[in-house]
Amino acid sequence: MSQYILLRHREIPNLGKLEVYRQNDGFQAFYKAVTSMKPEEVIEVVKASGLRGRGGAGFPTGMKWAFVDRHNWPHYVVANADESEPGTFKDREIMENNPFQFLEGVAIAAYAVQANVAYIYLRGEFWQIAHQLDQRIAELYASGLLGDNLFGTDYSLRIYTHLGAGAYICGEETAMLESLEGKLGQPRLRPPFPPSYGLFGKPTVVNNVETLTNVPLIVANGASWYRQYGTEKSPGTKIFCLSGRINRPGNYELPLGTTFRQLIYEHGGGIPEGRQIKAIMPAGASSSLIIATDEALDTPMDYESVPNVGAALGSASLIIIDDTVSIPWLINKTIHFFKHESCGKCTPCREGTYWMMHLTERIAGGAATWEDVELLKDVASQMKGKCLCALGEFSIEAVLSGIERFKGDFEAQVGATQAAAEELPVPAD
Amino acid sequence: MAKLVTLTIDGKQVTVPEGTLVVDAAKRIGIDIPVFCYHPKMEPVGMCRMCLVEIGRPAIDRATGEAVREADGSPRVVFSPKLETACTTPVAEGMVVIGASEKVKEGRKAILEFLLTSHPLDCPICDKGGECPLQNLTMGFGPGQSRFIYDDKIHLAKHVPLGELIFLDRERCIQCARCVRFQEAVVDDPVIGFYQRGRSLEIVTYSEPGFDSIFSGNTTDICPVGALTTADFRFGARPWELNAAASICAQCPVGCNITFNVRREAKAGGRWVIKRVMPRQNEAVNEIWICDKGRFGYHYTESPHRLSQPLVRKHGELTPASWEEALGLVADRFRQAGDGLLTLASGRLSNEDLFNLHQLTTSLGGKSALYTHMAGGDLVSRIGVAPGTNFADMGTGSAILVVASDLHEEAPIWWLRVKQAAERGATLIVLNPRPTRLDKFASHVLRYAYGSEAAAVLAMVNSLSAKRPDLPETVKALGRSPELEAAAKAFAAAENGVILFGSEGTSLATSQALAQACANLLITTNHVGRPNNGLIGVWQRANDQGAWDIGFRPMPDLAQAMRSARALYIVGADPAGDDPTLVETGDFLVVQELFLTDTAKLADVVLPVQAYTEREGSFTSGERRVQRFYPAVPERPGSKADFTIAGQIGALLGLDMEARLASKVFLRLAVSLKEYAGLSYTRLSEVEEQFPIVGRGDLYYGGTTYENTQGLGVQLPPTILLGEPLPLGWLELPQIQMPQDGLLAVPVTRLYDRGQTLLPSELLHPRLPQPYVAINPADGKRYRIPDGATVEIRSQTPISLVTLRRDPLVPEGVLLVPRSMGVPINGPTPVDLRQVERVIA
Repeated sequence: MSQYILLRHREIPNLGKLEVYRQNDGFQAFYKAVTSMKPEEVIEVVKASGLRGRGGAGFPTGMKWAFVDRHNWPHYVVANADESEPGTFKDREIMENNPFQFLEGVAIAAYAVQANVAYIYLRGEFWQIAHQLDQRIAELYASGLLGDNLFGTDYSLRIYTHLGAGAYICGEETAMLESLEGKLGQPRLRPPFPPSYGLFGKPTVVNNVETLTNVPLIVANGASWYRQYGTEKSPGTKIFCLSGRINRPGNYELPLGTTFRQLIYEHGGGIPEGRQIKAIMPAGASSSLIIATDEALDTPMDYESVPNVGAALGSASLIIIDDTVSIPWLINKTIHFFKHESCGKCTPCREGTYWMMHLTERIAGGAATWEDVELLKDVASQMKGKCLCALGEFSIEAVLSGIERFKGDFEAQVGATQAAAEELPVPAD
Repeated sequence: MAKLVTLTIDGKQVTVPEGTLVVDAAKRIGIDIPVFCYHPKMEPVGMCRMCLVEIGRPAIDRATGEAVREADGSPRVVFSPKLETACTTPVAEGMVVIGASEKVKEGRKAILEFLLTSHPLDCPICDKGGECPLQNLTMGFGPGQSRFIYDDKIHLAKHVPLGELIFLDRERCIQCARCVRFQEAVVDDPVIGFYQRGRSLEIVTYSEPGFDSIFSGNTTDICPVGALTTADFRFGARPWELNAAASICAQCPVGCNITFNVRREAKAGGRWVIKRVMPRQNEAVNEIWICDKGRFGYHYTESPHRLSQPLVRKHGELTPASWEEALGLVADRFRQAGDGLLTLASGRLSNEDLFNLHQLTTSLGGKSALYTHMAGGDLVSRIGVAPGTNFADMGTGSAILVVASDLHEEAPIWWLRVKQAAERGATLIVLNPRPTRLDKFASHVLRYAYGSEAAAVLAMVNSLSAKRPDLPETVKALGRSPELEAAAKAFAAAENGVILFGSEGTSLATSQALAQACANLLITTNHVGRPNNGLIGVWQRANDQGAWDIGFRPMPDLAQAMRSARALYIVGADPAGDDPTLVETGDFLVVQELFLTDTAKLADVVLPVQAYTEREGSFTSGERRVQRFYPAVPERPGSKADFTIAGQIGALLGLDMEARLASKVFLRLAVSLKEYAGLSYTRLSEVEEQFPIVGRGDLYYGGTTYENTQGLGVQLPPTILLGEPLPLGWLELPQIQMPQDGLLAVPVTRLYDRGQTLLPSELLHPRLPQPYVAINPADGKRYRIPDGATVEIRSQTPISLVTLRRDPLVPEGVLLVPRSMGVPINGPTPVDLRQVERVIA
């Protein structure tokens, strides 16, 4: 049995060529779906497989497809290839090396919700990938695998790529839809969610590249085949993007439920130069900092278990922090990112990330007092639960967890001034 | 009727229609949930996060679907762990909203503290200071001190002209997008938008000229900070120095309710000056909006060129004279003229002026005439819309026919309200010879050739009712169109039907025919005598309908009547300015005016009048709503009100006329006209609660629009409800003289024309086109005249020299001639065109 569901190109040379992909049963699943399955049956298989969204939220994919409003037409499928979370580089590998499996996933999703048009929204920096995908889509048209009246049925499908213009927020599904409509990339109010009000106001499924790439093999081999991987509630494999202070950074496709320790030490080869692991950011910049205790390292990486150590699996882009990294410095870096990427639509995120940037700069730069740390915590706390979308809400994860779990780093950073402040006489009333 | 939902907000129960947002439900029971981005006239976006509240919902047992109950039997309410935005959350049965908790208080404080980190805090020099939602809400809910280090603020450009009318102060902007959303969703002019992201978000304009929208001023009212200001008012005064006077906009027949903000100024010699015009809420008329012509076009009332004393012609020269001398002379000459007196007045005048002028004239046996290019006001009196009419109530089930009118140019707020009715599902039929900005909202767009507007409407009538055997060929030809038949059927099938008819390309005669044809359509389809049914005239002036009601009628042979009059009394009109051939005056000419117009220059006596901002009066709108205006500033010394002058002339002639109080003139009018019976100034001043509630202490909710405390006006009953017969009549279609070889010149109305009441508003000059005419590019090619060339227009009347524009929206064979631009074309006229070298004087 194969080791890979998603990164099959690592085993099969030239899988990125259409003929090779087809020799390996490529587009059989799509053919089977279109010619012998009702759309609802496709949705049922995906539901039964337990596949969950790989973009970060882990929402059950089949359920999302089933939510698509059947009373409002046309429908759209949008593949989220905006891959912008710092430390995430899995979709890129799929699209570069196993593009047809991804495109077949898009096609099956489109058939399942009876969309005749699908879009692939790629971050602007992926212009080369978009170009390659365009060529591959053209090959599919030429081979009769896309286009009108597919396989002699009355089902037709067209796929288009669309490049973003360099905004992290456009990875948020509703901001992506706005951007795709040619508008300023700012998230929409939710609800309504895209399955009822999506692209051009029509019911739309938005799925991550990795999610969609799972679909052909699920449809081909069935739900129970898929469920043999991973855990009961988080079935399947997941591509873990490993980066930071690690000996062998890269993408690792492993079953969900693999522990942090297995990934970091068995697959990633451990921490360079024999240093100690200090913290893990499991979901890129949008993560809480996990203290790398033994308990944490033995936690299985699945959607249910990671919250037990005070974080979320998210997109599973692990950034490994070793004992030479100062947490205030790290937080300054992440906040700088969020400040730069805040779209500006809602007040707490627009103003809060900017304010936090000033505070973290001051703290990391050694010019801060303990009050600044307290204020940073306050500012982050008063953003919490008030932002319009997840960008703002996630921007404070590292800050709050960092101050709480690595207080010592902050104390060291403001140590001198704090000690001085404590010695000041208390003013009389 | 929508389902009603009962919920509890801060312990108070409120029952509102399903779909109401929590913030609006709270407003109805006097609980203010603070907002910045939410505006009750726009869809919510939930961006500013100011309206965060705690929301609890009754728990439902998933297994049984029953409400979960507490031990005491009360429903269990489950609160969301996060605060929720009251502006985006619709009410639900049993919902519990808490806005007064510590958690909510902290939330509001947090949002305000965030907003203020990027705000320049320049309240002492900010135009919005004193009426600023951010200021008010900071006082109410904000932190007393900021923990943000002031030096960390970014400073941004403070004087960014988005156009010549609206300025942006970038650092005051809180990115609520009210202006952007208003321009896009409310008025369909998406000419401004956001650029960049995060803290760098910036309002930019995409149009040339900048912020090219006739509704742009409204964005300054709804801007919750001092980011958007008008070039007219910015740095002009502090809001608390201003007095407010209720008034009615005099620029068009919509009758928008406005407020003049005035103060005394040292630089004006201590005089009272108008500082700005603000909308005043009347949900049945203009809601809370006004157009830019209404907002910025008032400056004529303060022009230094206003007349300030009577002039009497002596030895061929107009010479200053006393009122006694001037009025004595006028009275003498009017007495001598007797039934040879012709009084020509326009709808610029108030009901009181027109009533006195009419009384004076008829008492002497003279004739009165209305100076207008449009007929049909008598039909509007009879089958106008009935009391209770409100475009806001029109939606699915209503039909609106707009014929021969470019509403966006002729009556912007009606355009807006008709557009919104169409968006709510009303069947909108646009019947016009060329495309207009209403077309995109219409369910039926029909074209006809200029001159056959009446025929087109008759063809609709004919497709619905018994076919007449002697139908004119033009009507028959038009009636063969299936689109027209479909539109007629849709109009007939609607529960409510309104027709707005304008003066696109019409003459007095064709306008009369059009009005009659419209009357026939309304009567045939039974759209008369009920609210939201009837005829509306898109008049040129604010009170044309009042003039018709009082008895003024246009004269088909006005030039001849003016020539033969023994005494000619022209009030509020400038026929010589519009058409130099028109005034060959009779024996004696009296002109009553604000300015020394071309007509006044020909006069024997010129009588200076008060601007309507300086006195009381009433206008009757196109929807036949009688509305009061109040004095905003003291009168210009030396001037008198029009009704006073007429009354004093009457007194000198021994007539029983009221000259002192407008209110008393109005009472006499109410006695003499049956549809005005029972009306008084007191009655016109009545108000009732309107929703949304705007303009009180809570400027953050609706903006700086004024609350209406001085009268919503009264809509008159159509006189068929008072016993007049239905005006159904078969009409003679007027014969249009068609060009043999040249072009058919047709007059059209532009919002920004070069009329004498607009030119003194210099701020608007960049928006006023230079005098021009327009033809289709194909005709331009045929005549070999390039865009922008100077052309000579030849017809029976004298030659006009004007710039030619090529415009693909103009039908072929037609020369479009904007009114009040110096080319006197009063109806469809065959003309010839020739390019000439520009003459440089």
